[in-house]
Amino acid sequence: MSTTVESIAAEQMVTADGIPLKVSLARARRRARNRALLLVAPLFLFIFVTFFIPIFSMLFRSVENELVGETLHRTVPLLQNWDESGDAIPGEEVFAALVQDFAEAQETKTAGRPGRRLNYEKPGFSSLFRKTARKAEKLEPPYKEAMIKISKDWGDIEYWRVLKRESGKYTKAYYLSALDFSYDPEGNIVKNPGEESIYIKLFWRTLWMSMLITVLCLVLAYPISYLLSTLPARSSNLLLILVLLPFWTSLLVRTSAWIAILQQEGVINDFLVFLGFLTDDGRLAMIHNQVGTIVAMVHVLLPFMVLPLYSVMKTIPPSYLRAARSLGANPFTAFVRVYMPNTVAGIGAGGILVFIIAIGYYITPALVGGQSGTLISNLIAYHLEASLNWGLAAALGAILLGGVLVLYLLYDKVVGIDNMKLG
Amino acid sequence: MTDANNAVVRFVDVQKSYDGESLVVKKFNLDMQKGEFLTMLGPSGSGKTTCLMMLAGFEPATHGEIYLNDKPINNVPPHKRGIGMVFQNYALFPHMTVAENLAFPLQVRKKSKSEVEERVKGALDMVQLGEFGSRRPAQLSGGQQQRVAVARALVFDPDVVLMDEPLGALDKNLREQMQYEIKHIHENLGVTVLYVTHDQSEALTMSNRIAVFDDGVVQQLAAPAVLYEEPENAFVANFIGENNVIGGKITRIDGQSCQVDVGESREVQALAVNIGAVGEATTLSLRPERVTLNPGDDCPNIFEGKVEELIYLGDHIRTRMKVCGHDAFIVKIPNSSTHAQLREGATVKVGWTMEDCRALDALH
Ligand SMILES: Nc1ncnc2c1ncn2[C@@H]1O[C@H](COP(=O)(O)OP(=O)(O)OP(=O)(O)O)[C@@H](O)[C@H]1O
Ligand SMILES: [Mg+2]
Repeated sequence: MSTTVESIAAEQMVTADGIPLKVSLARARRRARNRALLLVAPLFLFIFVTFFIPIFSMLFRSVENELVGETLHRTVPLLQNWDESGDAIPGEEVFAALVQDFAEAQETKTAGRPGRRLNYEKPGFSSLFRKTARKAEKLEPPYKEAMIKISKDWGDIEYWRVLKRESGKYTKAYYLSALDFSYDPEGNIVKNPGEESIYIKLFWRTLWMSMLITVLCLVLAYPISYLLSTLPARSSNLLLILVLLPFWTSLLVRTSAWIAILQQEGVINDFLVFLGFLTDDGRLAMIHNQVGTIVAMVHVLLPFMVLPLYSVMKTIPPSYLRAARSLGANPFTAFVRVYMPNTVAGIGAGGILVFIIAIGYYITPALVGGQSGTLISNLIAYHLEASLNWGLAAALGAILLGGVLVLYLLYDKVVGIDNMKLG
Repeated sequence: MTDANNAVVRFVDVQKSYDGESLVVKKFNLDMQKGEFLTMLGPSGSGKTTCLMMLAGFEPATHGEIYLNDKPINNVPPHKRGIGMVFQNYALFPHMTVAENLAFPLQVRKKSKSEVEERVKGALDMVQLGEFGSRRPAQLSGGQQQRVAVARALVFDPDVVLMDEPLGALDKNLREQMQYEIKHIHENLGVTVLYVTHDQSEALTMSNRIAVFDDGVVQQLAAPAVLYEEPENAFVANFIGENNVIGGKITRIDGQSCQVDVGESREVQALAVNIGAVGEATTLSLRPERVTLNPGDDCPNIFEGKVEELIYLGDHIRTRMKVCGHDAFIVKIPNSSTHAQLREGATVKVGWTMEDCRALDALH
């Protein structure tokens, strides 16, 4: 009798009131978890509405392409039967549908936007659409001749090829141009010639400049963090305030201050000329180029490196270094072999923080970067604000995001994200 | 001074001040013989760690000279002193495994790979951690970390090993076990150890000699038994072991012995150890286990005691009595059937010999 009881107990423990232990444990845990979820819910909602939705809707724009198919809703289905690899433009049936579509678009005043959209792919579409929409109402059959009469572009097979290619619900055209590819007249994907490929160059520049800025920040922040962590509390607090002081000043003011310091008539150049190191017309160009961007961004991002480093170094007991010394290591060996490995968490955290901020940085390169010092984010801003090509801006942003995620995963593989310590 | 020549460590009139206003170490003189286990014992803040730091080279001496093997080392940097050190918080390097920690002092001395391996293995075996070489310090218990720290301080064969309260973080049982282990390692290796603690039983268990430290000066430097049996001043008598303290005034000095008035015109015969002239104040020190109940008539000091409190401690009974107007007078009565059963409120005769009652300097 007792053996059966024992074997059952071994299989399934029960609480005093006979409910299996696992069930009541799960119940107790669920209650705690629900409470935790409830506390997190408001923030989660906020982040969802203000972060995830905008990002996803923006990323979606990089592939979204409904405009053409919506406006030309009679023409586009008929185009599917047309063979774009031949030499013949579509037949009368397609032109008839096109005329109807344009007449309707003229009434609802919606012909302009698909024209502008297709103009990214082939210049000329915008004016073609506007012209056609204006006259579409009065056209008489046969429509093919009538249309070609309005503009002989309608007889050009290249326009038809682009129209068919970009009539789907989704497009890869934005990503292609973001990576410096385009279509040739036959519709094949080709790499842009050197002088027209700007984006890849800019991605590389953004990458290496961000890395350089991260390394410079590390080189400058390491000694100051070490000093901060070894000074007595009163002086280290004062020093920490000095490190954080830039945060209390507007970014614009700080960046403009660099203009005053670095420009050709600026403080440094004046000083060097005064000392005779430079002639008056040999003044150094240190602003509105890469030097300006790097100097100003290192300055702006330095605190993001100092804080994680400091917080890690503060926790390293001074006895480690003493122990290393007493074991026979000279000061340098003790520092390199014992102290530095213990700061890896801070280096990782500060490095990834500075790098990720730098890679998407906009305002400083826009102000002091000039032509050679702009980063990819400045081009994204240009497409958002000036050229209004949001699809391309979204594609560039998505590539940047993807790149950061890849680097992040790489970092996780090499250093391990658990080793990171942010505060 | 001839004796000083084979001292391994010698402090000569060492003084130390951190702030330029007060001396933390006042006039420190110490000779350590080769192979000796010497403990610095003293209350918190008495300057023990400071002395170790000066010897290890992490704090400069403000005045005076420290000699290691008869060479002055004030200007020798810590890594060239060849002194092993066990820190209170162990200071094991968390990013290295146990074996790497032990190999560190050998690697920085550019030992060959095979020698490093061999010595690390030997050191691990010495502290019975043979299988733990590949673990990180964080994966070890406190006692195991402690052993690694000891092994690391010894692995490069230093002349002197310093240990600063190495057992402070361990619980009582483990601490006692480690005391014996460290003592055995010391005996086997014959290394010179300067040990710091503020736990007197630890000091008594482990040491060849103990330097009782207070207020920046060595109050007494002697073997454990001597410290307990023959304290030279009131601080040492109080600090080491339990002690009955009775203040009084000297009324007569008779060579080795003296007579002390302890109030209410009661006179105590005591051993004159460290006293001034007749009429000056003195402190009588008397160990609780040296007091006998119902002494014979030949006992020089016999007084009435009123039992105030009895505490049963198994092997003995701690009795608090009122003797000579003193109600914190402690007597330890062995728990044996031949002893009279005491009762709270009872009055008994207590007595002690002249030799057991030491007249020392007055407590301030
Ligand atoms: N780095 C320092 N700067 C200033 N004062 C110090 C410093 N280190 C110690 N002191 C002071 O020196 C005195 C002696 O300190 P020390 O650490 O030597 O004491 P200790 O005997 O080791 O005490 P404990 O048993 O608590 O470890 C203390 O009053 C302490 O405040
Ligand atoms: Mg100490």
